[in-house]
Amino acid sequence: MEAHTLAPEEHFIRDEPYYEPVGQEIAIFEAAYQNKLPVLLKGPTGCGKTRFMEYMAWRLKRPLITVSCHDDLTASDLVGRFLVKGGETVWVDGPLARAVRAGGICYLDEIVEARKDTMVVIHPLADDRRALPMEKLGTLLEANDDFCLAISYNPGYQSVLKDLKQSTRQRFVALEFNYPAPELERKIVSNESGVALEIAEKLVKFAQMTRNLKGSGLEEGASTRLLVHAAKLMTSHIEPVAACQSAIAQALTDDEEMLAAVQELSSSLF
Amino acid sequence: MTAHPHSASAITRYLEELFEVEFTFLHVGELAISLAALAPEDREFLLGWTRRIASTNIQIAYQFALRTIELLDRMDRRLIEAWALHAMDTYDRSGLSSGMRIIKEVENFAHQSHERSAGVVFEEIGGIMLNFVHGLSGRRLKLEPGDAAYTDSETLFLPAVIARMQTAKDNFTLCKAMVAMMWAQTRYGSFRVQLPQLLGAYEDSERALKCFHALETLRLQACIARELPGLYREMQKLRTEVGETFPPDWQDFARELGRTEATVEDSLRLLAEAYAGTSLPSLCYQGELHPEAITDCMTARIAKEKILLRVKLAQLEQEVQKHRSTETSDKPVKFGLQEKPEAESGLTALELTLDGAPIAPPEDVRQLITSIQLDLGEIPPEYLVAAGPGEYDPSLYEEKPADPDDVWQGTYHEEGATLYPEWDYGRQHYRKNWCVMREKEVTPVHDGFRAATLQKYSGLVKHLRKTFEAMRDENRLLKRQSYGDNVDIDALVEALADARDGSEMSDRLFIRMHRTERNIAVMFMVDMSGSTRGWINDAERESLVLLCETLETLGDRYAIYGFSGTTRKRCELFRIKRFDEPYNAEVQGRISGIRPQEYTRMGFAIRHLTNLLKEIEARTKLLITLSDGKPDDYNDNYRTRYGIEDTRKALQEAQRSGIHPFCITLDEKARDYLPHLYGAVNYTVIDAVGKLPFKVADIYRRLTS
Repeated sequence: MEAHTLAPEEHFIRDEPYYEPVGQEIAIFEAAYQNKLPVLLKGPTGCGKTRFMEYMAWRLKRPLITVSCHDDLTASDLVGRFLVKGGETVWVDGPLARAVRAGGICYLDEIVEARKDTMVVIHPLADDRRALPMEKLGTLLEANDDFCLAISYNPGYQSVLKDLKQSTRQRFVALEFNYPAPELERKIVSNESGVALEIAEKLVKFAQMTRNLKGSGLEEGASTRLLVHAAKLMTSHIEPVAACQSAIAQALTDDEEMLAAVQELSSSLF
Repeated sequence: MTAHPHSASAITRYLEELFEVEFTFLHVGELAISLAALAPEDREFLLGWTRRIASTNIQIAYQFALRTIELLDRMDRRLIEAWALHAMDTYDRSGLSSGMRIIKEVENFAHQSHERSAGVVFEEIGGIMLNFVHGLSGRRLKLEPGDAAYTDSETLFLPAVIARMQTAKDNFTLCKAMVAMMWAQTRYGSFRVQLPQLLGAYEDSERALKCFHALETLRLQACIARELPGLYREMQKLRTEVGETFPPDWQDFARELGRTEATVEDSLRLLAEAYAGTSLPSLCYQGELHPEAITDCMTARIAKEKILLRVKLAQLEQEVQKHRSTETSDKPVKFGLQEKPEAESGLTALELTLDGAPIAPPEDVRQLITSIQLDLGEIPPEYLVAAGPGEYDPSLYEEKPADPDDVWQGTYHEEGATLYPEWDYGRQHYRKNWCVMREKEVTPVHDGFRAATLQKYSGLVKHLRKTFEAMRDENRLLKRQSYGDNVDIDALVEALADARDGSEMSDRLFIRMHRTERNIAVMFMVDMSGSTRGWINDAERESLVLLCETLETLGDRYAIYGFSGTTRKRCELFRIKRFDEPYNAEVQGRISGIRPQEYTRMGFAIRHLTNLLKEIEARTKLLITLSDGKPDDYNDNYRTRYGIEDTRKALQEAQRSGIHPFCITLDEKARDYLPHLYGAVNYTVIDAVGKLPFKVADIYRRLTS
């Protein structure tokens, strides 16, 4: 695929993304979308939240505008700002405003990372008003009927500072994501990377082992995404133990002792 | 390290002094001659370690020197060091005779191991092995050093040194195989039979036990081959390395027990036949089996876990009832278990159900179910009946922390206390689990102390409030930024004028909101030793009141703990204010209630408070000590250089965790030792007690701005 530039609201997903439903999440999302309810995706990293959004955008045939939130993300980064062009100030819409105008799906990834004041601008969009106040323009942008707001949040690394406020979370339809069941995860890993099912099964077993370690040295266990990475390395003829070490163990931790232990676990399995 | 003497006579004098021969009457003459004959670096090594051990115990040091001198060219240095440390730890823990036993084992050990053997030491690999075994499924096992490799079904014991194989890598693999073997025993139900009774039926129960163990090892290694094929390959390699093969009759057993559906019952079935045979193989990674330890541990656990599960289910039930509508709430709920469709191989995954619908139990309940399943192979139906109110006495299952004062009635023990290591500079190593630390409450005294203090220092309080308020970093608008939320109109107009004028136009045309968060957590460690009695105590309490008042205006997170103790067995930290406690009447009462206690043992306090600080998320972490003298303890060498060095080590540990230590002291002689402890600038000496309240808040301001 060649690189090309797109305006965010033109980002339609044309090919069906590979997605295996775990429960009723597709039906619930569709129902929420039809009823103009915003959606909150909860779950650990790499378990398929973003892929699910892509899949839903494809299914609903709406453009997907993703904003990865970071701790310097301000309200104007979402809504828009004045820029200076040739001696004049020009208003430029932010990604959220674009999605509201064009009727796209705006997906705010890892919303808790953003500054507290950004949370407030999405409140009027997330209830039945469905409007975005543009303070600096002094206008109110009413949302296109096709607009949909989705946010994601990882309750795993819950520090007090990074918790979602009740006033925010109680506006959303929440969908919980978790690592898929072993059987399904095996299928996903094999499908995504092209490795044989037996190897995928071992990888899933290995992931289970690292998930056992969560809380006793590891912050998170290996995600499905990491398994796919390791499996892809293996299809390119990397030794399984080396692939697990680079794609999974090193990605999980820097702690020497833990790395050694994870290494031992993977070499025990393969 | 200083150079040691090298002539025989000089070594004799050196050893005479080291071993205090005047009192101990040890013979050092021959030892000195053999030492003098050694190569210089060997002598240096041996004398160095002898000196280090002698600072712990002379007899052990003497035996160490006698024995290792012959082993020097047969044993790896690292191993000798490991044994020396192991012997000292054992001495610390269980006295001279145990320590001597370890030293004597050095010899045995050296005889069986390879020349210049490169063994693995528990210290070095324990952490890796623990994570390894936690990664495998099943019960959360513990790992501890012991005399041999065996398990009581909750804790895995490994020898302090494993040196059976030639290379360090193989020894590590051997250790891993042992751990996996013991894990497999708990995981694949080796202990689901009543071993002592069954073995008692045999005339030679010792042999029966060995046969049973060998049969189980065969069965379990087949399980490992299926579950962890990579490890199994390594285990086979180990066996080839040591040349272990099975006698023919055992090959049949191996085939029989290698079937997927083989259980411990199959091993028992074959036991009679194996017992009657003549051969008895023993695999290098099989370890030992201690049926008594297992039975004791399991009986206690099974009884406790049944109660615990039923009580937890009762709690779950209550929670569920709360959310139910009122009309159905009097109907009793029924718990059940169903097999999960996607069972992990081997252990059936069970899902807790409530009236037929699956529910997600909390993590502790899930682990309980796994543990019971491992012990019994299933969850008997009576386990799933929620406990009725008052059915069990809570003391049967609750682990309640012992009252710190109760512990001292009767023979003292270390239950419920936190153990901290202490640095022994003579040994150049930690004394493990040396300090027995307990947190205690300060009894609040509500005597209007705060009001009186505020009254007394009313001028100072006003001044402090003002200066501290000025320290609060406010959010402010930064103008003329190259990037920002808004256009800076002034800058824009200026830039346009510049452009008209023909000069260069600035690109700094934006306004940005600058937000600062003062992200500081500070821990105050207050000396509550007996020497603070009187003025110093008053001054400390007044300073704390003033500090709290000012810190409240600043909004920094802070905690206050007092420390004191008598000997290593009674190290006490007094909670005055935790980080998450508000500054309320209770805390004020506790400050007022600070009373001088015993001595000034500092290492444990620094270590414990460092741990508390580590749990707090803050950009800057401070540990401020208010003290009146140097480290000291009752009738102990803590008042010598030992105490200084331990304190210094504890402070270094704190610094390594990103904590800035600082000391405010009233000891005029402090300049002699504080720079060594805290570094050249991280302390302040206050020469008059009365000045303390005036100074402390001011020092804090300087430190944090």
